[in-house]
Amino acid sequence: MTGADVLLLALGAVAVGSAVLVVHTDRLVRAGLYLVVCLGAIAGLYLVLTAELVAWVQVLIYVGAVVVLLLFAVMLTRAPIGAADDLDRPGLPAALIGGGAGLGLAALLVDAFRWSSVTLPSPGTAESVGTAIFSSWVLPFEVLSVLLLAALVGAIIVSRPDIGSRP
Amino acid sequence: MKPVIPFVTAALLFGLGVYGVLRRRNAVLVLMAVELMLNAVNLILVTADTTVRATLPHGGQVFALFVIVIAAAEVGVGLAIVLQLYRLRASVVVDQVPLDAAPASELDEPRVRP
Repeated sequence: MTGADVLLLALGAVAVGSAVLVVHTDRLVRAGLYLVVCLGAIAGLYLVLTAELVAWVQVLIYVGAVVVLLLFAVMLTRAPIGAADDLDRPGLPAALIGGGAGLGLAALLVDAFRWSSVTLPSPGTAESVGTAIFSSWVLPFEVLSVLLLAALVGAIIVSRPDIGSRP
Repeated sequence: MKPVIPFVTAALLFGLGVYGVLRRRNAVLVLMAVELMLNAVNLILVTADTTVRATLPHGGQVFALFVIVIAAAEVGVGLAIVLQLYRLRASVVVDQVPLDAAPASELDEPRVRP
């Protein structure tokens, strides 16, 4: 156990614990705020795994943009601020399937990696990841920009009631 | 660095995301659980980037960045759909949405299906 392992364990515990609260709390706004804690802990995990650029992009896009969008949706759908008792359906099948998926994958990965050690590679700084993107992954990068444009136009059309098929 | 720790963390996060998608009735909470699953996949990709010495350097991190961009697009379109659903039905409870209901004409005023 090195210092990196202790950090990974602590941040992983924070991420999993706040994820449990995200799927269990009966207050919508608190679910969004626990999601911030979970995503921040995952950004910390990326930093320990030397993925610097991915960590900061995670903080910018997930914690900054996606969670704000989700909280806007909570407000715009006039969700109850206090505790609500109708957020869940009966949990046994969901617990079986979710627990089966999570624990099954965990057992598979534990069996694959045991307690082996790896040395961390060179850090994924903006320079090295940018070089990789713009030398080997240019075409997917360009396709993604088209996808973003399509999502932008689609979101506008979906949310405009005066265009589309309604008479 | 023991790669099994972030791998198991990611597996547990994915399981929790599946559980949340199946358990929650509010569409916004379902989207939050989907974000948990996407983050679990990203964590797997970034961890695999440290364990696999591929020919192309940092392929896992590049894929994680691509998944983050796709997730941003997904949540934008998803929230537009959720808000439109709320405008039409005055409710975002996913198991009360009648998928075969007649559109438009009977929906001039929002109402909740029993």
